[in-house]
Amino acid sequence: MSSRRDTAERLRRLMATEGDAVGQNTRTVNQLSDYAIQRFEDYEDLRDAAREIKESAIANLPDLIDEVTEAVEANGGQVHVAQTAADANRIVENIMADRDAEKLVKSKSMTTEEIDVNDHLEAAGYEVVETDLGEYVIQIADEAPSHLIGPAMHRSPEDIADLFNREFDLEEDLSGDPNELTEFARERVGEHIREADVGMTGANFVVAESGTLMLVTNEGNARKTAVTPDTHVAVAGIEKLVPSLADLQPFTELIARTGTGQDITSYVSLLTPPVDSPVPDFEADEMRPADDRDFHLVLLDNGRMGMREDDDLRETLYCIRCGACSNACSNFQAVGGHGFGGETYTGGIGTGWEAGVHDLDSAGEMNDLCTGCSRCEPKCPVEIDIPWVNTVVRDRINHQGEDDDLDFLVEGLTPDDEPAGLDLQKRLFGNVETLAKVGSLVPGLSNAVAGSRPGKWLLERAFGVDRRRDLPEFADETLREWYGARGAQVSDPDRDVVLYPDVYTDYFDPDRGKAAVRALEALGVRVHIPAVPESGRAPFSQGMIETAREQAEAVHGALVTHIDDGRDVVVIEPSDLAMFRRDYDHLLPERSAERLAENTYDVMEFVYGLLDNGADGDDLETPGDDAGVAYHSHCQQRTMGVDEYTESVLSDLGYSVRTSDVECCGMAGSFGYKSEYYEVSMDVGEHLHDDLGDVDERALVASGTSCQEQLDVLYEREVPHPVELIAPR
Amino acid sequence: MSSESLSTFESSVPGDVHRTTTADADAVLDDAVEEPAVGTALPYDDVSLPGSVDTDPSPSTLEAAATGVTPAALGIAEYGTVTIPSGAAGDELVSLYTPRHVAVVAASDVVPDMPTAYERLGEDFAAGMDTQVLATGPSATADMGTLVQGVHGPSETHVVVLEDR
Repeated sequence: MSSRRDTAERLRRLMATEGDAVGQNTRTVNQLSDYAIQRFEDYEDLRDAAREIKESAIANLPDLIDEVTEAVEANGGQVHVAQTAADANRIVENIMADRDAEKLVKSKSMTTEEIDVNDHLEAAGYEVVETDLGEYVIQIADEAPSHLIGPAMHRSPEDIADLFNREFDLEEDLSGDPNELTEFARERVGEHIREADVGMTGANFVVAESGTLMLVTNEGNARKTAVTPDTHVAVAGIEKLVPSLADLQPFTELIARTGTGQDITSYVSLLTPPVDSPVPDFEADEMRPADDRDFHLVLLDNGRMGMREDDDLRETLYCIRCGACSNACSNFQAVGGHGFGGETYTGGIGTGWEAGVHDLDSAGEMNDLCTGCSRCEPKCPVEIDIPWVNTVVRDRINHQGEDDDLDFLVEGLTPDDEPAGLDLQKRLFGNVETLAKVGSLVPGLSNAVAGSRPGKWLLERAFGVDRRRDLPEFADETLREWYGARGAQVSDPDRDVVLYPDVYTDYFDPDRGKAAVRALEALGVRVHIPAVPESGRAPFSQGMIETAREQAEAVHGALVTHIDDGRDVVVIEPSDLAMFRRDYDHLLPERSAERLAENTYDVMEFVYGLLDNGADGDDLETPGDDAGVAYHSHCQQRTMGVDEYTESVLSDLGYSVRTSDVECCGMAGSFGYKSEYYEVSMDVGEHLHDDLGDVDERALVASGTSCQEQLDVLYEREVPHPVELIAPR
Repeated sequence: MSSESLSTFESSVPGDVHRTTTADADAVLDDAVEEPAVGTALPYDDVSLPGSVDTDPSPSTLEAAATGVTPAALGIAEYGTVTIPSGAAGDELVSLYTPRHVAVVAASDVVPDMPTAYERLGEDFAAGMDTQVLATGPSATADMGTLVQGVHGPSETHVVVLEDR
């Protein structure tokens, strides 16, 4: 693992060189995809169907392999099952040798990137040419793909023109005109296809019952690659198998919407090779009969059977490699797949792939870039819990850690269940509650130390807390202390609720807790603020799963009697609500997780519900005429679909509400404090600033702690929680 | 096929749609074809390819052709997609290598949506017509920085709908 400084430097360089192209391309596709999904009412039903098909196919994988072998052989082709990348390469090399081939053309395939077949064949003396234009570019540049479906996404047209001008001896230099570049590349590639002896494709899906391949493309190069040479080799991971042709229907309707933002790509080829098309022999200028065609299906295991046995990595095998998780990821948008990537795979689900087919080291650096914001999740056509996959991989990496001589600094302060060698930075942020308790005993002193130059130096040196960030300041009085002294101030309440005292509200920003109390009381609700432990979000986000599980059990223990008494639990901090509603599913027994999920509410969602059920909102604070508010909702709030309640309440009270479209503020809990990621976090934040624009004439509010902190810095003003706008003063 | 499906199909095809009766089909095809042209035989009674269309092209003729004409097995209204079955006559090559592709589809083969299309594909595959491409508009790429139409496949697509077939 490289040092924090090296990581920061590497990411800084990537943002400078590739950030603009990656940012523009990913954000555009992300918006197109949002739009395509919005217009498509079958989206959720088809995701469910797709998920079910994949679950069942992976469960029955050994049978499907037998079935497809039989079908392909009956069609006149051959199936080769390769245990490892080396096996697959040897198989392909033998096919080349048997065929007496010299040149192989390839259409885009991540699976062949995984096995590095190009390097292998070139070392054996064969010529290999990529025919997808993006792949062609990176082959010439000798780079790795930076995105699952847009391999050259990190390059601008001007970059590509420079590359071609350097590489080819042209009479006249190419400009950066995309039409001209496309024309140039297609001519070159077209010639290679006509001359090739073997065509290699991947497969988006392989139908076991018929041996049919589905290839999803826009350029047409895969069609030409499959049908022009007389020998077709398809390399596919075993996870690409589905039982029947009918199973392809949901995927046909989903893959372009999530992947490129199209309703459907130009071509969805359903081919059952060897195909009946005559073979165009361009050299002899004759059409040869289809009988001359050979077909080989190379099915690659390379760790997949192991993933299938792994309860947490298994769902990675459902991935259809559409790349939507990358486009929806704020950090990916900032650094691209050369930063957010491993040996082969990039972006959100890439971590699962790397851990499964390569190793944890290859997954390590990219894994840290996942903040768990969860914005990838609604975009995944097969409903993979990508943040969970990342959390699990992080936990496994933590357990690989080595001893660190600064461990003594946190021993005793960190009563977690994690291995001794755990990265200190993760340990600090994962144990924030204990630190908050200690720090708040003498808030003035703690603030002075944390804000001082020696304090900041120590925090950066020992824990990687960036000295350019100010840590939140302890309040003089915690929310629970305040409420203990004040008590409930509502007579004849309509109902009782528990207000969850999250660590940030309790120790650092009691004002938003006080506002929540006043708003709820104004709506006839009696509030209870019992001692409830930290939700486990902090250790969970550092991949400290066992510690998070203990926290979850303690939280459940503290809340369940209140729930039994009919009290709903109202939550201010969205990242904690997301733990209760979603992530506890991984940490608690099913019934316990369900009880918490069903009885916890976002504070503004709860206010909305009260008003909607007839509560008298006259005592809530209303704005003057023409009052505007700019609102940045929290990423996990959006994934849960509760951000709309804040918008509704504010607009019902008379605000004109402007919202941000960006996926994440960039701060993402502890992420933006970490010295190696501070600049990425600011890059993402700047994008949020551009998106929200000028807010001088408006109130500016945000629901999440870290969003508030980030906006504080970006706009140089205090950014409250929306409940602080509506609570009676 | 309902008239609703047909009009949905017409509006979703990303390219030119020519609706015609069988009687007028020859003239419509003549218009849609730019020479030199290659093609594969049309399976509809009383409709034939223009005389100029070469149905037995060599690779060099194929490469030089301006237009390729093939029948389509299905039209999928919701997507403006046609399916091109690939046969020994070389439909796949004809529909792929030429800069303009003209697909000819019977109105009765236009289905409303993808689930219905897959039911029909299931029947076709069981009957041995087991290689088809779902083609929607021209070939395209965004790999060079912006959307460019016409890469390895056609840059221009036409669909001729035979209303009385």
